Amino acid sequence: MKKTTVLLGAAASLAFASITASALAQSAAEPSGSGRADIVAAGDADGAFVTPGKFSEPSGAKMYKRVCAGCHMPDAKGAKGAGSYPALAGDQNLASGDYAIYVVVKGLHGMPAVGRMMTDQQVADVVNYIRTNFGNKYKDSVTAAQVKAVR
Amino acid sequence: MLHLRKDTRAGETLPVTKRLKRHSIPIGLAHQGGAAREDFLMAFDSVLPMSKRDLLALIGRSAGASAMYLAMSSLGQAQASPFTGVPKLDGDSKGASVLVLGAGLAGLVAALELRRAGYKVQVLEYNDRVGGRSWTLRGGDRYTELGGATQNCEFAPGNYINPGPWRIPHNHYAIMHYCQELGVALEPFMQLNYNAYVHSTKAFGGAPQRYRHIQADFLGHVSELMVKAVNKNALADAVTKEDGEILMAALKNLGALDKNYRYVAGPASSERRGWTKGPGGGLSAEPIPSDPLTLETVLQSGLWRNISASMSSTHHTAIFQPVGGMDMIPRAFEKQVGDLIRLNSKVTKITQDDRGVTADYVDTKTGEKLTAKADWCMCTIPLSILSQIEMNVSPEMTAAIGAVPYEASVKVGLEFKRRFWEQDEQIYGGITTTDLPISQISYPSTGYGAQGRSALLGAYGFGAFAYEFTSLSPAERVARTVEWGAQIHPQYKAEFLNGVSVGWHRVPWTQGCFGTWTEEARAEHYKNLCQIDGRIMLAGEHASYIPAWQEGGITSALDAIGRLHQRVMAG
Repeated sequence: MKKTTVLLGAAASLAFASITASALAQSAAEPSGSGRADIVAAGDADGAFVTPGKFSEPSGAKMYKRVCAGCHMPDAKGAKGAGSYPALAGDQNLASGDYAIYVVVKGLHGMPAVGRMMTDQQVADVVNYIRTNFGNKYKDSVTAAQVKAVR
Repeated sequence: MLHLRKDTRAGETLPVTKRLKRHSIPIGLAHQGGAAREDFLMAFDSVLPMSKRDLLALIGRSAGASAMYLAMSSLGQAQASPFTGVPKLDGDSKGASVLVLGAGLAGLVAALELRRAGYKVQVLEYNDRVGGRSWTLRGGDRYTELGGATQNCEFAPGNYINPGPWRIPHNHYAIMHYCQELGVALEPFMQLNYNAYVHSTKAFGGAPQRYRHIQADFLGHVSELMVKAVNKNALADAVTKEDGEILMAALKNLGALDKNYRYVAGPASSERRGWTKGPGGGLSAEPIPSDPLTLETVLQSGLWRNISASMSSTHHTAIFQPVGGMDMIPRAFEKQVGDLIRLNSKVTKITQDDRGVTADYVDTKTGEKLTAKADWCMCTIPLSILSQIEMNVSPEMTAAIGAVPYEASVKVGLEFKRRFWEQDEQIYGGITTTDLPISQISYPSTGYGAQGRSALLGAYGFGAFAYEFTSLSPAERVARTVEWGAQIHPQYKAEFLNGVSVGWHRVPWTQGCFGTWTEEARAEHYKNLCQIDGRIMLAGEHASYIPAWQEGGITSALDAIGRLHQRVMAG
């Protein structure tokens, strides 16, 4: 996993530059002609955008940033509209690691079971990340085995 | 004696007498009387002539559901939307009142039909506009998503994207009915364009292919293979010798095979996939056939995955869009029931007792706390929001409301200096599909050949990519969409002007795109969700078997008000 991460990260910035160059080199009138360089589906610097059926983010921090933050926001303070997304910063419910795993794996009300698109280790990583950041200071790490038990 | 009618509202005419005779359905008692409502069943007030749908509604009321199903099957409608007409709400509603929560299409339909039936109706809507997800973004529009990022759409006049629903299948009869009744002009949505691209980053060195090449070559080669199987008697167990001969002829026809039953370069295949040089006039007119891709190339490209999307019945041609944007539909409803709707009203609590329903709400502009009361409540608030609102319904309905997760989805609109897809690549509308995170590019199905600025849909997807898109800032979503799209259209870089993006989990009033039902959740909760609970009933796409489609919202509302009316009539 780690090796892939480094490659993905390095490839991301290069990929955009080379993609543009190769695309522009083509005939505008008939792009189905030959002459395009192969494009590496490398994902971006966070390991996002690798495959549509599962999350490929390689760390808890990156998973939070690229998946959870879509709703709970980058600062984990949630958001308010017609309803709201709960803040995960200072969230008392996170005292239970198993509760956090359960919500990620099973979903809750309108929240989809995003953990279904993660490995057990990815779920454990993102739960551990949330439980030790944003003002949360829970020392007891959760494990992939715990995630497996909840699924 | 019945006649044919050219009915612009119900669309289709048919020889009525013939059909009826076949099923011996008595329609002599055609006219069922009833209140002089302005719905389309008014057609019965002038019983002759009638359209297909009028006829079906009539059969349903005269002869019962089984006769209707029989008739529907013979008219080829049984697999489509079950809508056969607005439920009849005959009888005196005795001034009963209904509070409708949400002015999306479900709420708007409920308001329109209930008022027609004599109910006192009021509608509360969170947004400062009607329509909900039936929504269009145009130049000058301002949209603030959860998290506070605000986008000002910079499109030129006439350009737009529909962040939510964007097409109307011909077999979604309920929404077609309301478009026709309310005078919403429709135009064809170019769902399938043989000259658009299918694209894979892992095939052809990432070069996009024309849909017609992959589609014709796949069908051609598969047909040739089948011919070989028939010739080797490999299908002898399944096909008689006589049918085998018919099959050969059918395969030759389906696959554009030559006289020797081969799929090779020549007039037959080029008529399908296109010529290298097409036939013209004069001395230089002789056409040059194109060379099909090999079977191996087509199979290994994986692009056969991209040729079946338009075969699903909700994507069949004819398929439509409202001229000028999807929100032309809610705007047309607003002309009818706008006086009933209070905007900027955030519902915070819903309480029912033996006498009625009370909704507490806050004016989002002034902060004022208010209440609305009625005998009944039709709640169309998305479940993602409703699950957060205190409401005293049964434990079963409460569980159902909390059992439906909301899907991620993203749409990105891009405006360019010119229609390079038309001018350089001869792509007039339609959809290019790709394995890139943008998933698809949809070219505008209107204004073909126009000079100047034009907007297209640069990304529309679900799944992991949609979450990952949503987590980005609006500007970053647009920037990535331009980068990825440039792999298919290199003109993107030079022609790009501006863009706008909607990640549906950041939409403040839905917190997601649509309700996703599993079979298990539906078995356990769906009936509990749809049943009238005391004085409260729910409607919306989430209360339908057509998730995400406007037809689901409308038919759920019609179903609910039909049941409400029965209850009111029963006293």
